Amino acid sequence: MNKISYLAGVTAFGLTVWQGTVWIAGVPHFILPSPRRVAQVGWENRVLIGENALVTGFEVAMGLVLGVLLGAVTAVQLARSDRLYRLVMPLLVFTQAVPVFALAPILTLWLGYGMASKVMMAILIIYFPVTSAFYDGLTRVPQDVTDMARTMNGTNWQVMWRIRIPHALPSLATGLKLAAVYAPLGAVIGEWVGASRGLGYLMLLANGRAKTDLMFARLVVLAIMTIGLHLAVKRAALRMQWE
Amino acid sequence: MGCRFAQAVTDAPAIRIRGRYDIAGHRLFDGVDLELLAGQWTCLLGRSGVGKTTLLRLIAGLDSGEAFEGNIWVSDDNPLDGRISYMAQSDLLLPWLTVLENVVLGIRLRKEKPDMRRAMDLIGQVGLGGYRDEKPNALSGGMRQRTALARTLMEERPIALLDEPFSALDASTRADMQDLAARKLKGKTVLIVTHDPAEAVRLGHQIAVLTSHGLRLWQTPSSAPVRDQHAPETAIFQAELLSFLRGLR
Repeated sequence: MNKISYLAGVTAFGLTVWQGTVWIAGVPHFILPSPRRVAQVGWENRVLIGENALVTGFEVAMGLVLGVLLGAVTAVQLARSDRLYRLVMPLLVFTQAVPVFALAPILTLWLGYGMASKVMMAILIIYFPVTSAFYDGLTRVPQDVTDMARTMNGTNWQVMWRIRIPHALPSLATGLKLAAVYAPLGAVIGEWVGASRGLGYLMLLANGRAKTDLMFARLVVLAIMTIGLHLAVKRAALRMQWE
Repeated sequence: MGCRFAQAVTDAPAIRIRGRYDIAGHRLFDGVDLELLAGQWTCLLGRSGVGKTTLLRLIAGLDSGEAFEGNIWVSDDNPLDGRISYMAQSDLLLPWLTVLENVVLGIRLRKEKPDMRRAMDLIGQVGLGGYRDEKPNALSGGMRQRTALARTLMEERPIALLDEPFSALDASTRADMQDLAARKLKGKTVLIVTHDPAEAVRLGHQIAVLTSHGLRLWQTPSSAPVRDQHAPETAIFQAELLSFLRGLR
C-alpha cells in the first residue's frame, strides 16, 4: 500500500467515525456538525476563509523564517563563545519560564492589531527550540574532529562554516520540525487576543455566533495548512541529513 | 636548550619530550624521556590508560599541558605549530564531503586555495582514483583510512602523529595500509601509537614501551622497516615484545 492510499484510507476512516458519531448519537449540529455540513459551509465561505487563511499563512511563514534565522544566528554566536553562552543562556531559559501565551496581550498592546504582533508571537514561540537544538549540534562535534581541525590550523570561522555548521544541520532540522508545528499555534493565539483578520480571528467570531460548522471548516483549513507546512519542512529537513 | 639530538638526515626535525604527567593527584607517567628520531618512525606501545595518547597529544599541542611537568624540544628550534599532521583511530572523514573535499579540508580550513591536481594525484596514489567524488559512506573501512592518509599527506607536514591509525582495520587491510603509510610517510618524523607488537616490529625504526614507571626503548631487528613479517628475526622480536607487554600487568 503506498503512502497516498494509506493517507486516503486514514482520512476516510476518520470521516466515517465522525459522521457515524453524529448519526448515532444524534448530536445537534451546533454542537458537532457533520463532515458533510462542514464541507458545504466551508465551500460557501471559500473566499472569506481563503483570504483569512492567506493572512494567517503569511504570519506563520514570516514568523518561521525570522524565528529560525534569529535562532540559528543566536546558536552560532553562543557556540563561538563560552562566555556569551554563560551570560545569555540563563536569560533565555528564564524567558521560557514565562508562558509565551501570556505575552500575547502585551504584544498586541505594543505592536498593534496588525500582523506584526502575530509574527512576533510565532517568532517567540519557535526561537528557543531552534536555538537550543542547533546549539546542541554545534557543540557536539566529536573531540577527534576538532583536534584534527586544530592541528590543521583552521581559522575559527572556517571551522565553524565547514565543520560545525554542517555537523549541526541534522539537529537544526529537528528544531525546524518542532518550529513548523509551533509557529501556527503562535500566530493563531495572537489572532485570538486581538486581530481583525486571520483564521484565528474568524474562528473566534464564528464561535461567538454559535456558527459551529463555520468554525469547524476553519479548523480543518488550519489543520491542513499545519500538516502541509510540517510536510514541507520535513522534506527540507531530509535534505539536511548527512547520516 | 641543553639537549643533543642525533644528526638529522631530512628537513623533518627530531623531537624530544621529557617529563611527568599528573591528573588529579594521580601520576599518569613519570620519568619519560623519548626522542622521536628525525625522519624516522617511532612506535609507542604500552597498556591501555598508561598515557600513550596523552604523550602524543602533548606533542601535537592538543593537550593543555597543565598537568605536564617537563619539556618538549625540537631539533631545529622552530615551533611545532603548523608542522604536524594527525591521524586517529577513526578516519575522521566528514560524511557530508566527498573524498576529494575531505582530502583538501585542511587547506580550506586555513582559507587557502587548494591545489586540486595534487589532491587528485594523491588520491590516485592511495589507490582511490575512481572514488574521488564518492562520499565516505560509500567506502569500505580500508578505503576510508586510505582517504585519511591522503588527507594527511596533502598537509605536506614534516611530522606525522598517528594514534592507532590502523587498529580498526581487518588484518590484511591493515598490512596493506602499513605498507602504504610507510612508503608515503618516508622521511617524515613519525610517532605511531599502537597496541600491536607486530605492527611496531614491522614499522618502527625505534620502539618505545610506556609504563607508569617510565619509558623503555625496545631493541629493533637489524633490518630496516618495513620488515618482512615472515623473517625469523621479525617473528622472534615480535614474540619477545609481546611477552614483555604481557608481563607488564
